[in-house]
Amino acid sequence: MNNGAGKRINGGVEEDDDEDDVNGDLDAWERTYTDERSWESLQEDESGMLRPIDNQALYHSQYRRRLRSLSSTAARIQKGLIRYLYIVIDLSKAASEMDFRPSRIAVIAKHVEAFIREFFYQNPLSQVGIVTIKDGVANCLTEIGGSPESHINALMKKLDCSGDSSLQNALDLVDGYLNQIPSYGHREVLVLYSALSTCDPGDIMETIQKCRKSKIRCSVIGLSAEMFICKHLCQETGGTYSVALDESHFKELILEHAPPPPAIAEFAVANLIKMGFPQRAAEGSISICSCHKEAKVGAGYTCPRCKARACELPTECRVCGLTLVSSPHLARSYHHLFPIAPFDEVPPSHLNDPIRKQKRNCFGCQQNVLDSGNKPGLAVVCPKCKRYFCLDCDIYIHESLHNCPGCDSFRHSKAATAKED
Amino acid sequence: MASAPSKLYADDVSLVVVLLDTNPFFWSSSSLSFSQFLSHVLAFFNAILTLNQLNQVVVIATGYNSCDYIFNSASDLNRSFENGRMPVMSSSLLQKLEEFLIKDEQLSKGEPEGRIKSSLFSGSLSMALCYIQRVFRSGALHPHPRILCLQGSPDGPEQYVAIMNAIFSAQRSEVPIDSCYIGAQNSAFLQQASYITGGVHHKPQNLDGLFQYLMTIFATDLHSRSFIHLPKPVGVDFRASCFCHKNTIDMGYVCSVCLSIFCKHHKKCSTCGSVFGQAQSEAASASDKKRKTPET
Repeated sequence: MNNGAGKRINGGVEEDDDEDDVNGDLDAWERTYTDERSWESLQEDESGMLRPIDNQALYHSQYRRRLRSLSSTAARIQKGLIRYLYIVIDLSKAASEMDFRPSRIAVIAKHVEAFIREFFYQNPLSQVGIVTIKDGVANCLTEIGGSPESHINALMKKLDCSGDSSLQNALDLVDGYLNQIPSYGHREVLVLYSALSTCDPGDIMETIQKCRKSKIRCSVIGLSAEMFICKHLCQETGGTYSVALDESHFKELILEHAPPPPAIAEFAVANLIKMGFPQRAAEGSISICSCHKEAKVGAGYTCPRCKARACELPTECRVCGLTLVSSPHLARSYHHLFPIAPFDEVPPSHLNDPIRKQKRNCFGCQQNVLDSGNKPGLAVVCPKCKRYFCLDCDIYIHESLHNCPGCDSFRHSKAATAKED
Repeated sequence: MASAPSKLYADDVSLVVVLLDTNPFFWSSSSLSFSQFLSHVLAFFNAILTLNQLNQVVVIATGYNSCDYIFNSASDLNRSFENGRMPVMSSSLLQKLEEFLIKDEQLSKGEPEGRIKSSLFSGSLSMALCYIQRVFRSGALHPHPRILCLQGSPDGPEQYVAIMNAIFSAQRSEVPIDSCYIGAQNSAFLQQASYITGGVHHKPQNLDGLFQYLMTIFATDLHSRSFIHLPKPVGVDFRASCFCHKNTIDMGYVCSVCLSIFCKHHKKCSTCGSVFGQAQSEAASASDKKRKTPET
C-alpha cells in the first residue's frame, strides 16, 4: 500500500510532469481508480504478497473499541429510558447538494428511516417528532408520537429543499413543544444540519440558553463542515456534535443516538409512573376502540382501570389517561440495566494448548474457533464463565442477544454472578 | 445430496433446533416417563429428517445445572445412511444424552435444595440462537431455522430478563419459537416466546398421543404454515410481575429511570437507586388534556 502510494507521487514528480496538467480530463476508467483509491484496500502479508485487507479482523477490532468505550463511560446504571426526541431535518438549499450520492437529502431520508425504526426498537416507551427547516422557517412535520410508520410516511412525502436554514427558529419551535411533556421524560433534539450558516430573526445565544434552562439535550450531526454555533449549542446543552465524512460514517453517527444516553440526574426528575398492563382480549370479540372510534373485531387491549378498549400498545388510555404498556415492552429495555461484561481476547498460544483442546469449539455455535480465520487466536473468552466464543458470536451476543450463553447455562456461575452484583 | 443445486434449500427446507428438557426433578414427577417421551421424540426427529432430505435437526439438552449440544444431524447423517437405518441414530443420540445427564447430575452434587426446580431454558435458548446466527452467516442459501421447545419444568423467575432478551433477539432475526408444554401448569414464558416471535404454542391434553401432536403441529415447515389451521393462542398473559413481591399485577408503578415495576409506591428505586420526587405521579402520567383523573 505504501509502495503503491509512493510510486504514484514519484511518478507524478519525475516522469510524467505533463500528467498533472491533463489530470482534469482523465478518461472515465482512470478517474474511477483515482476516486476509489483501490490500492488502499490492499495490504502486504509476511511473504511480501499483496492481499485484500482482512475486513473481519478490522471490523471486530473496531467493534471491540466501541464496546470498551461504552462500558467505561456507562458504568452507572441510570439511563434515560423514557425519551422525547425531536428530529430536526434541515431542508434548505444546502440539503440538495450532491456531495453525498444521490443527494444529501436522499441519504438523510434513508438513514432517518432506519434510525426511527432502531430508535423505537431500543426505546419502546419513547416518542419521536419531526421538525423540518425550509425557507428559513421551521415547521412541525409530525407531532410527537410513538408510531414509527406515521413519521416515516410523513417524512417521505416532504423531501423538496429550498431557501435558507434557521437554527434559532427550529430550536424555538422544539422548545415550545418539549415544554409540554411530563417531567420524568428526557427531552432531546437531534439536528441533521446541511447548511453552513444559520439565518436567524433574533439572538440565537438567548435561544441556546433557553434550551439549556428547559433541560433539552441538543445534538447535531453536520453534513458539510464544523460550525461554531452548533458546537456551542451541543456543549451548552450536554449533547454531542459530529460531522459526517461520508454516507457510512453518517449512518454510524446517527445510529449512535439510538441507544438511551446516560441519564443526567438534574435533567429529568425520577418518578414513579402509574401504568396499566392490559390483557389481550380473546380473538373473536367485537368492541368499539377508543382510539379510532370504530367497531373492531378481534384482538385489542382493555384498560384495567376504565375498561376502555385500545388497539395498540404502548398508548395512553383515551378515557382515563392511564399509560398502558405490555410487560414485554418494559422487558425490552432491561438489557440496558443488566449489561453483560465485554469478553476478553484469548492469546493464540492458549488455543494450541492440548489441555484446552475441548474448548476449541465456540460454546455458542459449535464452530471450530481455529477455522474462523486462517490464523489461530481470533477467539474471546467470557470473564465470568470462562467459555470460549468465536468473533461472530461475540458480536451477536453483545449487540443483539445480551445474554452470555455460557453464564446462563450453568447454575453455579449464575449464583456466583448474583452474589457479585 | 449434491444433486439439483438449483432446488437446494427451497422454501420448505427447515432447520429445527430442539430444546429438550431433561430436568430430573420434573421427569421424576411426570405422568409420562422420560423413556416414553424419548421414543415419541426420536420418531418425530426421524420424521422431520425424512420429510426432506435437506432438513436438519439440532438437539440441545436443557438440564437442571447445564446445557449442551447432544445431536446434530448435519454431522451424523452420513454414518447413519451407510448403516441403512433411520437418520437419527438413536444410539449416538442416546449415548450423548446419557453422558450429558451424568455430567449434569454430578454438577448438582453439594447443591443446597433449591426452591424452584426449573431448567436452564435461557441458556439453551441463547445457544440455539447463536447456532442459528451461524447458519445465517453461512451464506444466502440456508434452511429456514426455527426453534422448538419441549419443556415440562416450571418457569424460573430469575431467568426472566435473560429469556426476554433471547425472545427479542429471535424476533429481530425472524426466528419463530414453537413451544410444546408438557408439564402441569402452563408456562407464561413459553406463551410469550411463541406469541412474540410468531411461533405456535400448544399444551397437549393427552400426553400418550404426544407423537401425533408433534407431527401435526410442529412438523410443518414455515412455508406450509400459512396453508393450515394451527392452534391459536387462547389469550396471552401480558400482565407483569412486580420486582418487589413477584406478584402478578395489572396496574402498578414503574420507575421512570430504569422501568422497574413495583406494586406499591416506594420512596427509592431498589434497582437503580433513584430517589423519587414528591410530585404526584398520577397527575404527571395523565396527559395535560385529561385534567380529571379518577381517584385511586
